[in-house]
Amino acid sequence: MVDLRPYVALFRGQARSLASYRASFVLELSTNVFATVMDVLTVLVLFRVSRTLGGFTLHEALLMVGLSSCAFATADLAVGNIERIKFYVRTGLLDAVLVRPLGALPQLLLMDLPLRKLSRCAFGTGVLAFAAATAGVDWTAGRVVLVVAAPLAGAVFFAAIFVVSAAVAFWWVETGEIGNAFTYGGRDFTSYPITVYSGWFRRLFAYGVGFAFVAYYPALALLGRTDPLGLPGWVGYAAPLVAVVAATAATAVWRVGIRHYRSTGS
Amino acid sequence: MDSVNATSARWVHQNVVVSFRTFAAITGSGFRRYSTYRQATVAGAFTNTVFGFLRCYVLLAVADATAQGLAGGYDRAQLATFVWVGQGLLAVVLLWGWTELADRIRTGDVAGDLLRPVSPVLSYLATDVGRAGHAVVTRLVPPVVTGLIFFDMYLPRRWATVPLFVVSMALAVVACFGCRYLVNASAYWLQDVRGPMIAWTLGSGVLAGLYFPLRFLPDWAAVALWVGTPFPSLLQTPLDVIVERDPPALQAGLVALQAVWVVLLLALCRWVQRRAERKLVIQGG
Repeated sequence: MVDLRPYVALFRGQARSLASYRASFVLELSTNVFATVMDVLTVLVLFRVSRTLGGFTLHEALLMVGLSSCAFATADLAVGNIERIKFYVRTGLLDAVLVRPLGALPQLLLMDLPLRKLSRCAFGTGVLAFAAATAGVDWTAGRVVLVVAAPLAGAVFFAAIFVVSAAVAFWWVETGEIGNAFTYGGRDFTSYPITVYSGWFRRLFAYGVGFAFVAYYPALALLGRTDPLGLPGWVGYAAPLVAVVAATAATAVWRVGIRHYRSTGS
Repeated sequence: MDSVNATSARWVHQNVVVSFRTFAAITGSGFRRYSTYRQATVAGAFTNTVFGFLRCYVLLAVADATAQGLAGGYDRAQLATFVWVGQGLLAVVLLWGWTELADRIRTGDVAGDLLRPVSPVLSYLATDVGRAGHAVVTRLVPPVVTGLIFFDMYLPRRWATVPLFVVSMALAVVACFGCRYLVNASAYWLQDVRGPMIAWTLGSGVLAGLYFPLRFLPDWAAVALWVGTPFPSLLQTPLDVIVERDPPALQAGLVALQAVWVVLLLALCRWVQRRAERKLVIQGG
């Protein structure tokens, strides 16, 4: 059994440091929600110009937006700060992390857990709840399970993308923003029906990386719509499986990366 | 005796040529400095290109779903140009990720800037112009070329458009610098600029026309943004110029409005900098 006490201590330290700047934390909590508000507003503005997008109505599309932003915000809250890895590698702080007898990944995450992002998470969940209530879903037991499982699976999937993007820093310290193309790019990609994309770009992001299973296919399964691109209806229910595969792959990449790590010596 | 620092009035009128040379020298060093960040440049251009695909497909889907195939008055080709040039311009005007001044204020290094005989606003502007020049070559060209390969893009038809676009782009660089400088300068009063920085990061993308052309908004909202805020002058105006969204007179008018914003913002930067310096002296910092 893993001893969780050191991690709890790290988390409590985080919470205490936030409590000492309470006003600043409340301000950050309230401003942070706007990132997700902007994503939703953008979709609303686009639907102001056209009635449908990629063959889907606003209510159907909102279900995808809700799934996507709920999943992304949760992953961003939990592991988003792993983006700072290049800073840890460059300054040598990672060495300090590695010599402690604790897991490197959970330490890095708990050292700087961005609790201010809780508000985004709540807003994303709100959008999903509103969309699920208004999209005219014919509720069955399976769909009730799916509407809870899909955003969680999506969060695991995005977390895997975050970790893989960050692990690149072990090979290429100045990764700059390459990871952003897949983390934030993935969020944008999953916010719209994948029918709006086409050609190799859609094949690569939707099926190659697997972003189609975060929001698009679960939404189709919830709505009971057939896929215009031809995949069978049960695919939406398979989304958690895709998340498990992604998480396994991410763990493997992270392990190889840590072993490959050479200290900068600074 | 007068205090001797960058922004206090000088008792000798300085030759304009000298300050022009100084500005050019700092610009040159700004260009060279950014040309050393090669990996970061490649990574940034790659990310802008991926987002170009995402935004382009979404906006084309919007145009496809409207009755005349026009979205906010743009046809498919114009939207493609809007997106791909926009992805390049984003890096040229450097909408995000500049915290140099705020960092120097927090650490106190800014005191060094104040001892130099060039106003901090001017010297940071000169560095930024050099950076933007580097970005035109390395960050504007890759997305535009990618767009030309994969999408049908609109090419300007009027002879005056390209020179007007260059002017508009230059004004956008300076306007965006002014905005960033003001956000950073709030560190003189706040110490921690995370709040203003988040507000800027979130607001600027939407209000400057990056996520969707502002013409998608109701007319009153678009006009209010243009006249009441500097944001459309950072991206939307140069993009509307290059896709020839408007007749020539309005096209030129928008660029003139940009120029007004540039003057206002730079004046405001100077004023804020002077106020901040007085406060620093009081603190004894």
